[in-house]
Amino acid sequence: MNEMAPISREERVEKLKGLGCSRKRVEDVRFTQGKGNYVDDLKLPGMLHGDFVRSPYAHARVKSVDKSAALALPGVVAVLTAEDLAPLNLHWMPTLAGDKQMVLADGKVLFQGQEVAFVVASDRYVAADAVDLVVVDYEELPVVTDPFKALQPDAPVLREDLQGRTSGAHGDRRHHNHIFLWEAGDKAATDEVIASADVVAEEMVYYHRTHPCPLETCGCVASMDTVNGKLTVHGTFQAPHVVRTVASLLSGIEEHKIRVISPDIGGGFGNKVGVYPGYVCSIVASIVTGRPVKWIEDRMENLTATAFARDYWMKGKIAATKDGRITGLSCHVTADHGAFDACADPSKFPAGFFHICTGSYDIPVAHVGVDGVYTNKAPGGVAYRCSFRVTEAAYFIERMIEVLAIELGMDAAELRAKNFIRKEQFPYHSALGWEYDSGDYHTAWDKALKAVGYADLRKEQAERVEAFRRGETRKLIGIGLTHFTEIVGAGPVKNCDILGMGMFDSCEIRIHPTGSAVARLGTISQGQGHATTFAQILASEIGLPADSITVEEGDTDTAPYGLGTYGSRSTPVAGAATAMAGRKIRAKAQMIAAYLLEVHDGDLEWDVDRFVVKGAPERFKTMKEIAFASYNQAIPGVEPGLEAVSYYDPPNMTYPFGAYVCVMEIDVDTGVHEIRQFYALDDCGTRINPMVIEGQVHGGLTEALAIAMGQEIAYDEIGNVKTGTLMDFFLPTAWETPHYTTDFTETPSPHHPIGAKGVGESPNVGGVPAFSNAVHDAFRPFGLRQSHMPHDHWRIWKIARDLGLHG
Amino acid sequence: MIPAAFEYHRPTDLQAALATLQEFGDEARVIAGGHSLVPMMKLRMATIGHLVDLRAIADLKGIRIDGAAVRIGAMVTQQELIADAALARAAPILRETALQIADPQVRAVGTIGGNVANGDPGNDMPALMQCLDASFSLVGPNGSRAVKAREFYEAAYVTAREDDEILVAIDFAAPGGGYAYEKQKRKIGDYATAAAAVTIRKDGTACSAASVAMTNLSDVPVWSKAAGDALVGSACGPADVGRAVAAALADIAPTADNRGPAEFKRHAAGVVIRRAIERAWSRA
Amino acid sequence: MAKMQLRLTVNGEAAELLVEPRELLVYVLRERLGLTGPHVGCDTSHCGACTVDMDGRSVKSCTVFAAQADGADVTTIEGLGAPGGLSVLQQAFREHHGLQCGFCTPGMITRAHRFLQENPNPSEEEVRFGMAGNLCRCTGYQNIVKAIMAAAAELNAVREAAE
Repeated sequence: MNEMAPISREERVEKLKGLGCSRKRVEDVRFTQGKGNYVDDLKLPGMLHGDFVRSPYAHARVKSVDKSAALALPGVVAVLTAEDLAPLNLHWMPTLAGDKQMVLADGKVLFQGQEVAFVVASDRYVAADAVDLVVVDYEELPVVTDPFKALQPDAPVLREDLQGRTSGAHGDRRHHNHIFLWEAGDKAATDEVIASADVVAEEMVYYHRTHPCPLETCGCVASMDTVNGKLTVHGTFQAPHVVRTVASLLSGIEEHKIRVISPDIGGGFGNKVGVYPGYVCSIVASIVTGRPVKWIEDRMENLTATAFARDYWMKGKIAATKDGRITGLSCHVTADHGAFDACADPSKFPAGFFHICTGSYDIPVAHVGVDGVYTNKAPGGVAYRCSFRVTEAAYFIERMIEVLAIELGMDAAELRAKNFIRKEQFPYHSALGWEYDSGDYHTAWDKALKAVGYADLRKEQAERVEAFRRGETRKLIGIGLTHFTEIVGAGPVKNCDILGMGMFDSCEIRIHPTGSAVARLGTISQGQGHATTFAQILASEIGLPADSITVEEGDTDTAPYGLGTYGSRSTPVAGAATAMAGRKIRAKAQMIAAYLLEVHDGDLEWDVDRFVVKGAPERFKTMKEIAFASYNQAIPGVEPGLEAVSYYDPPNMTYPFGAYVCVMEIDVDTGVHEIRQFYALDDCGTRINPMVIEGQVHGGLTEALAIAMGQEIAYDEIGNVKTGTLMDFFLPTAWETPHYTTDFTETPSPHHPIGAKGVGESPNVGGVPAFSNAVHDAFRPFGLRQSHMPHDHWRIWKIARDLGLHG
Repeated sequence: MIPAAFEYHRPTDLQAALATLQEFGDEARVIAGGHSLVPMMKLRMATIGHLVDLRAIADLKGIRIDGAAVRIGAMVTQQELIADAALARAAPILRETALQIADPQVRAVGTIGGNVANGDPGNDMPALMQCLDASFSLVGPNGSRAVKAREFYEAAYVTAREDDEILVAIDFAAPGGGYAYEKQKRKIGDYATAAAAVTIRKDGTACSAASVAMTNLSDVPVWSKAAGDALVGSACGPADVGRAVAAALADIAPTADNRGPAEFKRHAAGVVIRRAIERAWSRA
Repeated sequence: MAKMQLRLTVNGEAAELLVEPRELLVYVLRERLGLTGPHVGCDTSHCGACTVDMDGRSVKSCTVFAAQADGADVTTIEGLGAPGGLSVLQQAFREHHGLQCGFCTPGMITRAHRFLQENPNPSEEEVRFGMAGNLCRCTGYQNIVKAIMAAAAELNAVREAAE
């Protein structure tokens, strides 16, 4: 047998399974066998179960809580109320948005489903029985669920704890139910442009209240080791380190005595960013009882009490010249935050990054103002599969463009192309203060329109309208266009923090002597496949196969500090930290290789998985050889071992973008719709794993479909949640979900070490306006300008009725 | 979501089941597939002291077809209805309807008896049974009796069945001719926004018999005699169908819920009924 | 309330345990038998994450009382693997990226396993209809459908080769 021939460079690249490779996911081996490790799978010796008594009323005074019958039930260990938590100063807790929130009802309740008492019992069955035995005496108070009514002078006072406070965490409060007014841009200049414009389109655009609804609900297991004084909390945390810091600040337990573990997480989508009363109560109960306490919410609790998303009333004005050049944009938002301001935004941005609302367009002047308002609804305001308030912004501008196109009598695709920021304008400074890092919108747009045969679609649509008018069909065609620009990867520490913690992220790498590695990150996957993709980034950086690299996240005792996974920040921030840590490894490896090859550092060049002596390709040291040498050679001036850690503070956000087209058939009589075609072009910069990217796009589009076409958290006028189970809260099945066509362009981020921008949330950001615009577009020939989501059957039917299409 | 505790009984014959119902009176309730009852119990909207599971009673199983006479045991699941080739030949509208109920897992467990006896206006089989003029065999402490499906439903969740009676079987004559069950819903797993069951027989070019019934458009299923009458003798042309639809709409009383306001449901019902009639006629 | 002796066959092995009749089958499997593959997602029989195979049918184990399952033959995801590795279906889900967070996956594969016995040669539309009792929040189903179609083709090829 011959000696094994040296493998080619291409084969060496392939063996790494690095950047750009559709590597199969390492996570799937355990998930497909039912061997995931989710928080409710955890069973600790002596573990107790917690369950909440919740308010049936949206606004009521709590006159008394009688827990005697519950305590008398065998198996019940404790029943906690605000009175029990008050001595610990834990009956209220700070929110991420600078407000505070009741942990357990302190004198009153402010939304249906609010936590009133926490029952701790030997098992989940006894706990549920005990919940029924707690007797709460309520006195109902007037309810306000409409943010506009909440700001009327005679509206009921919701937050009595804030009475007389004329300012809050984000400036002045002008009414007892007002939280803040936040502004960006130049109001005077914008008003002037709008006042003197050729054309102004004005519209109220509502992005309704919905909920991230991951398939796994929120929960935790708190376990206080009374011997060691160490508290361990396993839970569904998208940001485990932040939870540790918050837990330490709240409890007074030193941070090194707290270990927070996020095990496998069954989807997050923003729902698992916040700190909830269930976590606090479980920790207290574990400290009090000295036993582990598990709390897992059920679906109804999840939908009614933990973090909602959106609920933005966006009043816009967009100005343009007669020939369609946009000259200015203004937006005023009435933001319904519910009973407590618990939005998950970087501290200095109470309206998140809503001021990305100039979108993909070169708009010279703009202004936004956001009024936050209290109502008798659940707190939250999280970024549901998007960066902070970015879906609201994208929906707003993509609706305003459509409305402007109507006002101008122009084709909406042409209007977009006319106003796109041009490739040569990047880096582009927007009127509202952002620096867009990179983009090539016209290329993406042209590719998308060509792929779907846009001109032919418009022709078919016009023919269908004629046929409809002749009475030959009752179905219309809608062509939903969107070109979105996202802002993700929060964020630079100079202006982005959460509770004072800068929004950097981190990676620590240890190379083992035999050439395999472990990398630990401050993020936590909830399905994104970090264990697969971060290993790919590293494989390309350090030349060890991805299959030889273990990625670990979620354990604060082992992982470096990080701000977690949400807002598409993992790839832009932790992905960058991973690349940078890899480069530190490589720099040290170069010194070792130089020593081994007896050349100067500068005489070496990196080649896939090795350092090669320049001009002498037969002289090289592979990374595997270098790894071994780092542990067994005494190299002058070089410490043994091969490890690195990087904390990455991004210089800027990244700005993924995309062009989507949705073609929809709509039955005007029943409101039933069918998605005939959906084309999604995404530009997320450098593509790490195309298979994973495509999967993210399919999933995000399906969440967008749900939101646009039916999903909502709806309240009646007395504050009852009308959509508290999956019968009424719309999650599409495989049957309602269309087949998607995905495509891409690749415009690398100039400031990211590998040029990647993040993709998980783009399809939700761009998908919602694409679906919604398709509905609107179908009725444009009949005079529709704006109709609020969700576009479920009856609301589509109502559009048709109001336009007189039912004869 | 955890239900309150209960005692469980699994009788193996009907007499034992009836005796258990007698013994515990108001506290006892029968359970078939349980996919309506179990969620209600988990939500603690129903508290039941004694659950009498009918699954082990062999007499409640089986589909018998004798010429045009069809008898379906109360414990036959939707999945069994769908899979039964002889039933699909004799009365294909059952398969068509059952396929539009819930989802595969629920159909694997949910029974026709539970679907018709629960009295939930959202259930699909009651309207179908009214369309087919089926009768329900009930057995109680005083023996057995048959109640017409068209006379069984009194209000939402209130039926002619006494608490101590058990529905054992459903009988109907295979209608022959054309058929359709047309249902508009928001998604798989949802109840109907509006649904209609239609059977039509054709004699030459004219309609010789027609039956129209509707789901979730009132607090009980609605069989519209007038709608059927409007079709009989006609050639089911657009004007005839229009008259039948108008007659059917006169018999419903939809109410607003998350699926939409009553006015929308009435409009959607009109479309659904018309489509069901047209499809049934095209198959007649 | 009185407890009862529950007899089950789970993944081919007999199990006997003392339970309250109201205990839910999904919790009996998860908490008493340590089979944490089936998950609770919605509590109201809509999501299918708790799907198990019971007496040859796909059922949602969050909506079955322990008492109702007495005497039943139950198969969970843990009983569906191939000796020493992944089954054809499990492998197809991995190969075609038919999962992300993995929470719906055990129910999804357990249902797909039964579905392919009900319909060994499905069209894409039939897969979508046959899998409509299982919700997934991550994948948008496209790759799940692809995985099931691929598994069907492979299982059929194996069957044909054996014949």
